[in-house]
Amino acid sequence: MKRIATVSLAGCFGCHMSLLDIDERIVDLLKLVEFDRSPLNDLKSFTGRCDIGFIEGSCCNEENVATLREFRKQCQLLVGVGQCAIMGGLPVMRNAIMHSDEPLLECLEESFTHGPGVYNPSNEIPNDPALPLLLDRVYLCSEVVRLDYVIPGCPPSGDLLWEVLSALVLDKPIHIPPWMVKYD
Amino acid sequence: MARHEAFDGGEETRQRITFTIDGEKITAFAGQSILEAADAAGIYIPRLCDVEGLDPQGSCRVCTVKVNSRPVASCVHPVSADDVVENDTEEIRRWRRDLIKMLLHEGNHLCPICEASGRCELQAMAARFETLEPDLYPYLQPVRPVDASHPDIMLDTNRCIRCGRCIRASRDVDRKYVFGYIGRGIHKRVGVNATDLAHTRIDLDDAAASLETCPVGCIIRKRVGFFAPIGRRQFDLQAPGDEIEKRKGEGK
Amino acid sequence: MVNVVCSKFNSDRGRLIDILLDIQSTARHISEEAIEEVASALGIHRVEVEGVVTFYSFFSQTPKGRVAIRLCDDIIDRHAGAEAVGQVFSEALGIGYGQTSTDGRFSLDKTACIGMSDQAPAALINNEVAPSLTPDTARRIALRLVQGMPPESLFEDFGDGNNSHPLIRSAVNNNIRLIGDILLAGDIESGKGLERAFALTPERVVEEISGSGLRGRGGAGFPTGKKLALARAFPAQRRFVICNADEGEPGTFKDRVLLTERAELLFDGMTIAAYAIGASEGILYLRAEYSYLRGYLEEILARRRASGLLGGEIHGSKGFGFDIRIQMGAGAYICGEESALISSCEGLRGEPKNRPPFPVEKGYLGYPTVVNNVETLCNISRIMERGGAWFASYGTGQSAGTKLLSVSGDCGKPGVYEAPFGLRVRELLEMVEADNPAIVQVGGPSGAMIGKVDFDRRICFEDLPTGGAVMVFGARRNALKIVDAFLEFFIDESCGYCTPCRVGNVFLQERIQKIMNGFGETGDMDYLESLSRTITATSRCGLGATSSRPVTSSIQQFPLVYASLTKEPKDGLHAGFDIQRGLEISRKIARRQSMIYDRRYGEEDGQA
Repeated sequence: MKRIATVSLAGCFGCHMSLLDIDERIVDLLKLVEFDRSPLNDLKSFTGRCDIGFIEGSCCNEENVATLREFRKQCQLLVGVGQCAIMGGLPVMRNAIMHSDEPLLECLEESFTHGPGVYNPSNEIPNDPALPLLLDRVYLCSEVVRLDYVIPGCPPSGDLLWEVLSALVLDKPIHIPPWMVKYD
Repeated sequence: MARHEAFDGGEETRQRITFTIDGEKITAFAGQSILEAADAAGIYIPRLCDVEGLDPQGSCRVCTVKVNSRPVASCVHPVSADDVVENDTEEIRRWRRDLIKMLLHEGNHLCPICEASGRCELQAMAARFETLEPDLYPYLQPVRPVDASHPDIMLDTNRCIRCGRCIRASRDVDRKYVFGYIGRGIHKRVGVNATDLAHTRIDLDDAAASLETCPVGCIIRKRVGFFAPIGRRQFDLQAPGDEIEKRKGEGK
Repeated sequence: MVNVVCSKFNSDRGRLIDILLDIQSTARHISEEAIEEVASALGIHRVEVEGVVTFYSFFSQTPKGRVAIRLCDDIIDRHAGAEAVGQVFSEALGIGYGQTSTDGRFSLDKTACIGMSDQAPAALINNEVAPSLTPDTARRIALRLVQGMPPESLFEDFGDGNNSHPLIRSAVNNNIRLIGDILLAGDIESGKGLERAFALTPERVVEEISGSGLRGRGGAGFPTGKKLALARAFPAQRRFVICNADEGEPGTFKDRVLLTERAELLFDGMTIAAYAIGASEGILYLRAEYSYLRGYLEEILARRRASGLLGGEIHGSKGFGFDIRIQMGAGAYICGEESALISSCEGLRGEPKNRPPFPVEKGYLGYPTVVNNVETLCNISRIMERGGAWFASYGTGQSAGTKLLSVSGDCGKPGVYEAPFGLRVRELLEMVEADNPAIVQVGGPSGAMIGKVDFDRRICFEDLPTGGAVMVFGARRNALKIVDAFLEFFIDESCGYCTPCRVGNVFLQERIQKIMNGFGETGDMDYLESLSRTITATSRCGLGATSSRPVTSSIQQFPLVYASLTKEPKDGLHAGFDIQRGLEISRKIARRQSMIYDRRYGEEDGQA
């Protein structure tokens, strides 16, 4: 039985929602695989090595990096799922809006103190010790670790995820018909 | 507009020749481009910078084929009798895939937020050549200002693929010359013929602003965004080249 | 001012480059207003003018100094200490690269190879060349400039040969090290070849040149006679002969020496070529970096007009008329490509044209045009003078004649060598007194990078073709730094027309730098080779077709260098990603340490 882990880094959980879109096929899937660490079963750490790791999202903070590295260590195959994992997706837009000498500060100020529509009488940027530190810019998963496969889309449809996942689980060659790749 | 001035003599006077594409015998007019001849024969050669109605430019290189073992851009290369053309081979598919990926990595192609998603030729072409191999190319993540000065039309050159279709449409069809290339190398981009788009003579009715001209989401029409619902957008219904491949067998 | 300049060139759209050069040199930049004025004076669109202004590196949209210093930034100059020289200029003038002093007096920039690699490091100060710089001479020059001395008066000691001619007065040296029989021989009498050509029919002239086996000296080696025959055969009202003196390949400077010492021979050659194809108009396309030769060349042209060697009916030709104008370049390597050069002569962005049609059929202004290298045209004169058979007695079977080699780098005798084709690299290295050579770049960045195992190869079209550049690198040089510098050059000089060259070269450099910085991984060489294949196969012109050669030839010739710099990524983690650097800014903003990556979180010296 193959063991699968999934995680959402800087993403919107849309890819995970999409995974649920495989509907009743999940019953078939569960005959073949066992889910380890995943938001689907709320298991927050690995219980052992896995065959396949699904990564949603890119790296915008230190926790994302630590998680991604952990996944790389624990998973035989690492699969980047969706545009955020592949090219940064919406979070990567941060890289394009930082123009000053202190780009990260500028970005935080616009979000929390000075931006249009922001009401924040304390004028403070959230800084609880429990909050992971942000990275200087958003890094793509492929900049941090080696990925074995990527599944394009935003989100990749349940059908596409099923196509790829079932092929990986059954060790069959994967083929994506172009019409299956969608970004909405 | 005559696509090739050389053919002004009319079809009857043109000399007919034959050549092959991937072993298939094709009839063409001497001097016709390989891409045109292939189109007429119902063989689709992928392309981005070339579009029907505009002179070919030969810049995206996606239509590269091998003619007698030598790579050429088929949209600007005239066919000769007995040419042996390779189109759909492993090697050429690899080149095309690399070129598509270069364009995707050169700009900011955030499909999820782009109005052109679903009717974007680059996106459709990427899907055609998509593999599950992770991207190896770096993303250049350009930061270029968006020109939203015009009341009806917006220009986001972060998504531009330098195909020059707007330039040719405005110059040759609209006779307005609203766009032109500026800069060189990786800094080459599409500029406007004024301080900003609002000061040009561009108009919603221009060929340059039509949906057929910009293959990506660089030229955007304001207030009509996302006009086609998901599932009924251009490339939800068909893939690029479908209409060309349909010609095969018809009126040959 | 703009209108005056435009009317000087009859508001001819084709002379846009000249017009902009004039404005740039007077106003020190080309402003938005100037762009609009030029567009309206020439009756063209503003964006067309802007397209040209932003294409050439000698045009600037922000003011350059009244004295503009351009430091040559090729790898040879870097090795020769350009950085230290630049530092001196920067400190003395109080400006960094790309800056103009607040009083508008000075600007400092880096520029691609200016054709002085044998006297590196060198700089252009306005149009004057400052060769063989050291921090000391640079300091002296800077001091004089600050004191107000005009660039023309900076140098008292002029170079050898015609470099000290009253119309040149330059500190540049020819450094002719080996005199061959065909082009650099002392007994060459110009005019003889022309005389003999006029005694023959144009057809016979083409035959004579074809029979000599002469091939283009720019590097590609197209048979010159065949080119002339094609241009001659194509029916047309007008025809053109263009001399390509846009010697931009880094490390090449032999055309500079021919222009300085063999200008008459060159103009003879252009006239013969024109006679052979029936052209009445010629253009000498002179790169902007060689502006200091312009006055001298113009004077020779004027003298030839006065003596009937140019103009309505050329002396001894029985009714043949031909004249030559000089078209200045404006800083673009791509214009050395013949169809891009033609675009530039037409006042357009220097982008190559789609071929076919080839220039011999539809070239300048749509007419048959022969574009030839300076050296090729000089050879034509000598072939007509001494005969094709004499010429073919030099060189090898496929490579007749001699080749001028521009040798630079780690050697005792850099300069120009005229040797018959077929010379072995090893023989050349001995002649130039190479200093423990480990890498030889034959043909400039777009040529081949070879190591010791290949030093027995021959310089000729059959084996190692070259436009003339031979760069010698000693064992202490870093091969990857050289590759990186060449890629930087191609990225800067790509016209950007086609996808593979515009984008692909950027990707090549990214990966080479990653390897150089110690983050190389075993898969990187395959990646580079595969990317190179795509760029080479799909690029539109020779620039993209050859830009990856530094990468592929260095991987092939120096596999150990790459092997020593690349390793299998540990646990699939990319070494190139540095979490500590990524967190630096955040730690400062949040004024706290990382819970994950700072081991002793909460203690005083958490990062230790």
